[in-house]
Formats: sequence, structure tokens, C-alpha cells
Amino acid sequence: MAATSMIGAAVKRREDPRFITGHGQYTDDIKLPGMVHMAILRSPYAHARIKSIDTSKAKAMAGVRAVYTGKDLEGKVGNMPPVFIIPDANFKTPAYPVIAIDTVRYTGDQVAVVVADSPAIARDALDQIDVDYEPLPVVVNEEEAVKPGAPQLHSDVPDNVLFHWKIAGGDPDAAFQNAEVVIKERFIQQRLIPNAMEPRSAVARWDPGTGELTIWHTTQNPHITRFVFSLLNGIPENKIRVISRDVGGGFGSKIDTYPSDVVAIFATRDLGLPVKWVEDRRENFVGTIHGRAQTQEAELAATRDGKITGVRVKSYANMGAYTSTGPAAGVPTWLFGLVVPGAYTIPNAQIEVIGAMTNTTPTSAYRGAGRPEASYLIERMVDRLAGELGMDPVELRRKNLIPADAFPYTSATGLVYDSGNYQAALDKALAMVGYDSFRQEQRQQRQQGKYVGIGFSTYMECCGLAPSRLMDDIGFQAGQWEVGTVRLLATGKAIVLTGTSPHGQGEETTFAQIVSDKLGLPIEDIEVVHGDTGAISMGWGTYGSRGNAVGGSAVYLATEKVLEKSKKLAAHLLEAAPEDIVAENGKFFVAGSPGKSFSIQDIALQANLAWNLPDGMAPGLEENSFFDPLNFVFPFGTHICVAEVDAETGETKILRYIAVDDCGVVINPTIVDGQIHGGIAQGIGQALYEHAIYDENGNLITGSMMDYVVPNARQIPFMELDRTVTPAPQTPHGAKGIGEAGTIASTQAVVNAVVDALAPLGIKNLDMPLTPERVWHAIQQARGGSNGH
Amino acid sequence: MRQTIRLKVNGVERQGEVEPRTLLVHFLRDGLNLTGTHVGCDTGQCGACTVLLNGDAVKSCMVLAVQADGAEVRTVEGLAVGDAYHPIQQAFWDLHGLQCGFCTPGMIMAAVGILKRNPNPSDEEIREQLEGNLCRCTGYQNIVAAVRKAASDMQGQPAAQPVGASAAGGASGE
Ligand code: FES
Ligand code: FES
Repeated sequence: MAATSMIGAAVKRREDPRFITGHGQYTDDIKLPGMVHMAILRSPYAHARIKSIDTSKAKAMAGVRAVYTGKDLEGKVGNMPPVFIIPDANFKTPAYPVIAIDTVRYTGDQVAVVVADSPAIARDALDQIDVDYEPLPVVVNEEEAVKPGAPQLHSDVPDNVLFHWKIAGGDPDAAFQNAEVVIKERFIQQRLIPNAMEPRSAVARWDPGTGELTIWHTTQNPHITRFVFSLLNGIPENKIRVISRDVGGGFGSKIDTYPSDVVAIFATRDLGLPVKWVEDRRENFVGTIHGRAQTQEAELAATRDGKITGVRVKSYANMGAYTSTGPAAGVPTWLFGLVVPGAYTIPNAQIEVIGAMTNTTPTSAYRGAGRPEASYLIERMVDRLAGELGMDPVELRRKNLIPADAFPYTSATGLVYDSGNYQAALDKALAMVGYDSFRQEQRQQRQQGKYVGIGFSTYMECCGLAPSRLMDDIGFQAGQWEVGTVRLLATGKAIVLTGTSPHGQGEETTFAQIVSDKLGLPIEDIEVVHGDTGAISMGWGTYGSRGNAVGGSAVYLATEKVLEKSKKLAAHLLEAAPEDIVAENGKFFVAGSPGKSFSIQDIALQANLAWNLPDGMAPGLEENSFFDPLNFVFPFGTHICVAEVDAETGETKILRYIAVDDCGVVINPTIVDGQIHGGIAQGIGQALYEHAIYDENGNLITGSMMDYVVPNARQIPFMELDRTVTPAPQTPHGAKGIGEAGTIASTQAVVNAVVDALAPLGIKNLDMPLTPERVWHAIQQARGGSNGH
Repeated sequence: MRQTIRLKVNGVERQGEVEPRTLLVHFLRDGLNLTGTHVGCDTGQCGACTVLLNGDAVKSCMVLAVQADGAEVRTVEGLAVGDAYHPIQQAFWDLHGLQCGFCTPGMIMAAVGILKRNPNPSDEEIREQLEGNLCRCTGYQNIVAAVRKAASDMQGQPAAQPVGASAAGGASGE
């Protein structure tokens, strides 16, 4: 509509002024009169029986308002519910009390809670609680946990198998029987810790007069948490208001509802005082969900000329000590399993996943969730196959990539890929890196004793989580639609409501662009409101790269409705037929007579005054649109990493990082690029740096930012980005999702590059993270092991 | 137990009562209600709490409030002059140097420190000196670009080209 389209414009973010001046409002910034502070005593044991707890000394301390144990809350709040219950998987639902009652099952499990007048007193009081533990045997590894004789976590989860899930498409057994080549590999998706920079926190306030609970909360999905709080705390859903305006990153870790939040709500009702809880970073390491943590056995079947005919995977997924109240079990099953065949025409596939309970922090969705694990597997296997066949990895990919004319494409696992042109993205990336001359240069460098390699990732992913009708099939106990509301006020200003809950994704800007583009309203006049269940009717949140694909689509459709109504009103005011009205640059006029027009602001005023509406038109200018797409969206692209390994130190240096991504129509290229940058950084983090390690007693030995490497500015390279644009056929604006693609694409590009660099030594696989020490050992071993160790 | 401290914060004389163990960051946030300074770890690893103490960028979770008695502190709230953002704030906005915004105040204050020490740093120097400030959202690329842009804006010169940018464009060629 607007002459200068706002779609695709690099608009500067409208949320930034408050952040660059220090006026963001994160949960920890909230202060209420009379507010008291909560601290949590967490188990130092990974597995133990609680013989007794003595809270008397803590209770007697000056300034302590209350101390709660699991027994105190028993029967008063519900257990944490699993959100994903995978069908046909013999899924178990062990009890997950908000505070441990008689057994602790991981280091960091909640044992008692103190509420006091200051955070310092609350923490001091934790030291005064005496707990008598009887240690129990511990199991931390997912494969060990399901072996006979392993320590058992829950009496109702035999052999620690939370679920066992299998899907197959085509005839995988025949494919492997008839295969000319079969390769096998074992991949360890090491455990990662999301480490959003803002720790989790909550401020809960009970109003005894109205019976209303208000909770400021670091969440990615305030309406889902409202529902869970209602269920667990026994407060009617319509008496709860969850506010999460500014949230300092989530990456999946703030999807879950956590026991701490439920206890804070219990405490504010119990004490009649506002209660604040803020975790510190050490607590975040053990108390907030972890991600990845899978051990995979993978097999690929192929012909000798490089046609992939089948893939078979058995994966052990470490679920931790409880099923977290988030996507947990959905991650290793459908988010992982269904996308294993990747961007390739693999007709036969079988994926089997065993969800194992262990004495570790519960795992759930960490950026990409399931798709990085799948994408890594298939992209590494394709490189392994290329090595086996002596083929160039690019040639092998070309031979197997789904052709552009095959969309919509039904994969062996039953997904219907919406649209794509995988070769175009690959070609663009190859041109950027100069692949034509790369191999020759590499040969020369090898002759000079340099270990330089190139790694490819021709990834696809599946996101934009929806449609709701599928959620029942896959066991997600939620809907996945979104509603967008566009409201024009009498002054011509607009309020846009969205139930997605951005926490860095910039939707205050992109959604305003969508509305501005259609209505011709200046973007400054559009306020996007999110993260407040008191203002927004419903929403399922921001995760799974669904913000724009689902939430943005709902806003788009609501804006169209506003435009339609505006045209009708303009027609009435101009005494013309609605079909003859043209809307352009925020002006409404009869086609061919732009001289006499009404502006969108005029229309908004008239609609709100309602002095002169056509018969049958309701007053006001506000529209809702509910959107539930028919399918996921499927972004894709090619990432290429060029890396050099120093054979003397084992150190990897990324020389170039190239990313060509296709997320359909782009609303704001700057924001899209930012999402890709951040995503790649996290993927590189997994490839080279990050690793959550438990010792055999279940202690998290990488329990701080000293021991767990969150990559810094020196460790992340400059990234060269470009894109292709293949519109999404099933979203109204043609956009897909881009929040996770960078992470899903990048890890294997880096590892493939390092393995390629070390190919002359016969190295075929390396376990992540590729620390200098690990790589150095692998090099020593490959050289004959004599001068290592 | 409690001690009175007096210090100048963002140009204004302030005073408050603190315990000997109170960290400067907590005094700023809770005592003075300057919540722009964030706590990401409180153990000196993330840099979210970076402020200027007597002109130097420091992590305010590593300083006791009593140590700042008599000092001059500047926080992110005190960086803009009237309506005019500091060139570093402006550059972060212009170049999308932030996403969730949580690390941003610390990043900006650290950048003030970097440009004070070295008014014309290379990309590599910026990356080195930002090592103590973690960002989980941006992958640092636009932060580095923002610091570089601010450096040249502060010298009244056009920004240098990004190191390593390919012909195809460091941003996104369409
Ligand atoms: S809060 Fe001070 S360095 Fe993290
Ligand atoms: S912008 Fe979110 S941590 Fe830096």
C-alpha cells in the first residue's frame, strides 16, 4: 500500500532507546512496597534420601519471614506437569514436586525455601538449615542409565526409560540390506547450558482484596505460565496476570515454568507480601534447564556413486532427573527425529529415541532444540560418506539435495517441506567462498604443512511452531495458534497486541513495520504491546522461531481486516462503492480521483466517533485475527566454514565464516542478520567451546562462567552473510522463521571444516567441543600416538 | 554495622547506608534505584555490571560499595547529555548492537573505557578488550561495528571498513 514499502526496510529498532539508556524494565528492576525476598536451598547431592530437615534456626533469625520445605507445600500446590507427553512411546509421568519431599535427584534440586526481608538475610538463612542426607547411587550418562542394574531415579520409571519412541518411513531395513555402502558413526551431542544473560527471576504479588495474582516474570510465554500457575497454585486463570515486558534472552530456557516460580506465588499468598526471587548465575547453571545431551548411533546407506538411500538412527536422550515443564520430551523426539533426513532425498528412514532419566538437571529446549542435533548428524554423515566414497562433499550434496521443483516435498518421516531452492543457496555460498579455487589452494597449503579445511552445512530446518491440530498427534499439551490485535485510536495512533513474547527478537519493530506497510501509518505511531496477559487475550509465546511466522501472520491478517473496514468507511464518506476505493500511503480515495481523500487518521477518528457510519457498521477501528497455519515453515541455506588447525597446539582458528540463509520474505534485514549472527555464535560455541560436564557423583564441574565457556568477542569470528528469498507459501506475508537457523546450521559447518583440515591424518570424526586439547590428542593418536600422552 | 558512604553518581552527590559487604552494583540498583546497571553473574565474569569509577570502566560487582566512598561513578543512565545520546549509545542503536538489551549497559560502559584508552582501536583490539563482557544474543559482530563507528564519530571521521568483509557484503546484499 505504502509507496515506500516497510516490508524489507532496515528500520532501526523501536525498543532500543530504553535499552541503551538503561531504562529497560527487567523483572529484577521491579520493586514493590513491602517486598520480601526469596532464596532457595539446593541439594549438594545428585541423589540422596532426605532423612530430616531442621529449619528451626533459620526460622528464628531476625528478618526471616518463612521457611518452606517440600512437606509444607505437599497438598497445597500441585506437582510440576510435563508439557509434552509423546504418544505411543510408553511415556511415563513421574512425580515432580516443586520442593523435593523425601528424595533429591540432581545437584540443585530444591530442598527448602527461605523468605526474608532482604536477599542477604534470605541467603544467610539458607546456611542455617540442617539437612540430613543419605546419599544414593548416581547415574549421569544417558546410555548407562538405561542399562540393567543402573541406579533407579523414580520407582514408576523402570530402567529410567521415560519414553521409547520410534518412527520409520519407506523401507529402511531393505535399504540397508541392499546398500552398496553403509557407514556408521557415533555422535555425542554434548550437554549445553543456555546462559541467557539475564538470570531467571519473578516478583509475585497477591492482592487479598481482589484475589488477584500479579507476577512479573522472565518468561518466553506468559500465557502458558499463567495456565500452569493456575493449575498448580489453584488460582483461577482469569485472576492471574503475568507480565514479562523486557526479558534478557531466553534461548529456550525461559519456556519452562519452574518450581521456583510456583513457590514464590505460594509465598506471596501465604505471607500477604510481594515476593521477589532472582537466581544468581551459579544457581542458573544447575537450576535452569540444560540442552542437547544425546548420544546417537547413526547409519547411512548409499550407492557407490553417491546416492543416499537410507538413514537409521538410535539416540539416547538425556532428560535429566524430571521432565521439565517445557518442550522437554518433544525436543529429542519430533523436533529431532522428524528432521533427521535433512535437505536430502532420502527415501527410507528410521529414528528411534530412548529418553533416559539421570541424576542431572532436567533438559529441555535450547536454541534450535532437536534440529541442531539432527542437522549435525546428517551433515556430518554426508561428509563422512563423501570421505568414504572419495567424492567431493559438494558434489555429493548436489546429488542428493531435494531439487527446487520437488516442493512441496514429503520427507520419509512425513513432513511436508513447504518451499525451497537449496541449490541456489549453495551456489551463492560457494561463489562467496571461491570454492572453484579453494581445493587447489588447500593442496598447496597442505604441502606447506598447513591444516586448512572447509566445512559445509546445506541445512534445512522446520519451525514456526504450529499448527495446533498437529500438537495433539505429537503430544504437546498446548495449542500453537496466535492472535494479533490492531486497534486504531481516535488520534490516529495504533496499538498492536501480540501473544508472542519477544525477548530480543525485535518484534516491537517488525510487527509495527507490517502494520505501517499496510495502513500507511507512520511507524512512530504504532505501539506493539507484548508480554502482558492483562492486556493481551492469548498467545503461545516466542520459541521455535514462531514469532513472526505465526504471531506476525496474525498481526498481518488483523491489519488487513482494519484496512477493509477503513475502505468501507472511506467509501461511505466519499459516497462511493468500497470496490472503487484505493488505499495508498495512508490515503483513501476513489480510483482516479486522488484529489479528494481521507487519511487513515481521519478514518480512525470517524470510526471512533461513530457519528457517521454506514448502516450496519460497528463503531471503533479494532480487529483481531486468529491464525493457525496449516504447516510448519522450512527455512534453509548453506553455511561454509574455513578453518585452520594448528597441529602443534590443536587450536582451531576460523578463517572465514559464510552464511547464506533463506527465511522467506524478510521484514527487516538488519534484525534478520542479527538473529543469524547470534545463532551462529551459539552454534560455534557448541562446536568449539561449550560443554557441561558432570563427574560420576553428579556434580556439575562446569558450574560457573569460569569453567563453562560462553564465547566472548574474541572467540567468535566475523561472519559474512547473504541470503536467498523463497517465500513461504502458507504465511500471508511469505516469511518463515530465523531465530534458530544460525544455530542449527553452524555447528557442523565448523566441525566438518576441522575434520576436513585433518583428513590427511586420517581423522574422520571428533567429539565436540573441539578444544585444543582434544584436537591435539586426536592428532597425536593419528600420527601414531608415540609422542602424545 | 551499616556505614554511610558519599559519592558522586552521574554528576549528583548521593549518599546511602550500606553494609560492609554490599556490592557497588547492589547499592546502585537498590540504594539509588539506578537499575540500568545489570547483574548477570555477580562474580566478575559477564561484565553486565560495568560502570565508570573515577573514569575507568570497572565491574561494579567486583567493588564493594564502601570502596566507592568519595568516588565518582557514571552509569549508563548518566551517559546521554540531555536528549543527545552518547556517540556509543547512538552507534549501538544505529548498527543493531543489541537484541535483548541485558548486556547492553555494560557493553556501552566498557566501550567508553576502551575508547578512552584507545580512541581509534582496530576490530581486533575492540574484540580483545571486550573479552570481559559477554553477550549471548548478538554474536558480537554488530557490537564491534558499533564501537568502531562510535570511535570514528567521536573523531569526526567516517567509519573504517569492517575487517574481513567480503565483496558480497558484510551486511546482507540483496
Ligand atoms: S555481574 Fe558483574 S561481572 Fe557479571
Ligand atoms: S543483547 Fe542480549 S545478551 Fe547481549
